[in-house]
Amino acid sequence: MLQSLNARAMLVSIGFLVLVLGVWEFANPAPDASKPLTEYEILMGGADQEARVPPPSAVIIRAFEELSNPFYDAGPNDKGIGIQLAYSIYRVLTGFMLAALLAIPVGFLIGMSPLMYKALNPFIQVLRPISPLAWMPLALFIIKDSETSSIFVIFICSIWPMLINTAFGVAGVRRDWVNVARTHELSPLRTALTVILPAAAPTVLTGMRISIGIAWLVIVAAEMLVGGTGIGYYVWNEWNNLDLTSVIFSILMIGVVGMLLDLALSAATRLVQYEE
Amino acid sequence: MIKHFLEIENLARRFPGKDGELTVFENANFGIDKGEFVCIIGHSGCGKSTIMNVLAGLDAPTDGNVFMDGSEVAGPSLDRGVVFQNYSLLPWLSAVHNVTFAVRSRWPGWNKEQVREHSYRYLEMVGLGGGAELRKPAQLSGGMRQRVSIARAFAIQPKLLLLDEPFGALDALTRGTIQDELVKICNATHQTVFMITHDVDEAILLADRILLMTNGPHARIAESVKVDLKHPRERGKIIHDPGYYPIRNHLVDFLVRRSEELSGAVTPETPAQAAGAYPVEVNPAATARNETGGATLSAIDAR
Repeated sequence: MLQSLNARAMLVSIGFLVLVLGVWEFANPAPDASKPLTEYEILMGGADQEARVPPPSAVIIRAFEELSNPFYDAGPNDKGIGIQLAYSIYRVLTGFMLAALLAIPVGFLIGMSPLMYKALNPFIQVLRPISPLAWMPLALFIIKDSETSSIFVIFICSIWPMLINTAFGVAGVRRDWVNVARTHELSPLRTALTVILPAAAPTVLTGMRISIGIAWLVIVAAEMLVGGTGIGYYVWNEWNNLDLTSVIFSILMIGVVGMLLDLALSAATRLVQYEE
Repeated sequence: MIKHFLEIENLARRFPGKDGELTVFENANFGIDKGEFVCIIGHSGCGKSTIMNVLAGLDAPTDGNVFMDGSEVAGPSLDRGVVFQNYSLLPWLSAVHNVTFAVRSRWPGWNKEQVREHSYRYLEMVGLGGGAELRKPAQLSGGMRQRVSIARAFAIQPKLLLLDEPFGALDALTRGTIQDELVKICNATHQTVFMITHDVDEAILLADRILLMTNGPHARIAESVKVDLKHPRERGKIIHDPGYYPIRNHLVDFLVRRSEELSGAVTPETPAQAAGAYPVEVNPAATARNETGGATLSAIDAR
């Protein structure tokens, strides 16, 4: 029989999926089309007939259409889902990398120097709780480019978890290991690279994983705001088109891509993980 | 005064506390000669590890100086190898890389093959090989980890080896085997060693001289006990040596009774411990021999 826990869990998952999709499909039937249309409905072109949350079957059909041709480009308001996701991923990765370049060295500094920790802590505490979107007007004014502004918003929201985790990881490196570096007369740079960096790496990677999760949440909102391209813009554009099927499809795609980003970072974390 | 290889003068370490200073130990004076194996014994909290950290250069003394080979000890150096009680291996490196890490910092100019060859020689010396050296410390037993740590310390060929209760966390059987190996290695290399221990038998097996510390605070080194037993020593045979039990009894008596009686700050009643004085030298084995007469003396005193 099904001995494996994984196999049983998968079976239960499929069961839940079928149940939820079934309820969704049948709980919300289309309005009866056999009734004659009222005058208002005739005026509105019978649009009300489909004014309901689209059933999963419609979403699956749409997903199939979109995914079979993800990279078409038929003008500014009609691009394939692949192109839109690629724009968003590009922005997230650019902002995230820039943030890592700043946050990891500064986190090292804060973690190694109690003075810098105390000096920079008030700034971090004030800047960290600011919603990244609150920076958007300022960014648009200063940068004067919507594309770069959305990268900046990703940059600013990615900094904090990486900065704090790096500082925490570096400050928490076991005294013994630092003593090993000292008794072997390692230079400060070599100590940082060969002892502190590998010792703090799992904590740093955890910070990066949290950051990329937040960045992916924020990019959707940022793109709804600045428009043009990207998955956030796509969602908002389809809402303006009243195409709820596409909206639901893109929501699912956002989830899938977010999951893949998280899996990539968790695989990277496993590479640097060590057992004490 | 004869100058020793390692010279400790009027060493004291005080920590600032809530109500004034806390003196961990003071008036520590002793010397270690080249090739000598010296153990230090005392109760927990008497500052043995603090002395060790000062010798390693990881901690600075409040008063006093440490001279090694004519120059003052200030800060850590590759001339002094340290084996910590908790092994202090870097957990993300395999056993062999923990050793090459040390070898590379000792001889930065060496090429890969030299470093590898040198590291493997020392790993083999402590009995590690056959694939175990490729494992991470977490996949090794406590005894194996301590072997790696010892190999790492010996591999940099330090002038002085500092061992901080190296076998404290090991079970009795493992401890015995590693002790035997340490005896062998020390006999072969004539390494100068300073070792902290809690274990009286271990100290007698390994040491040429045992320093006894009184209880803290205000701990001091009260006596220097000569272990007058011939080398090479073996764990199984040493207990049959007539000199063994006099030494052991002396040490146990000190730990149980006199370390407490002698504790506290130096007073006029303890003139022998005035500043700058060396600890009292005793040789229980020789005393016992003299008491039992010359007949056994010639049989024992082969050294």
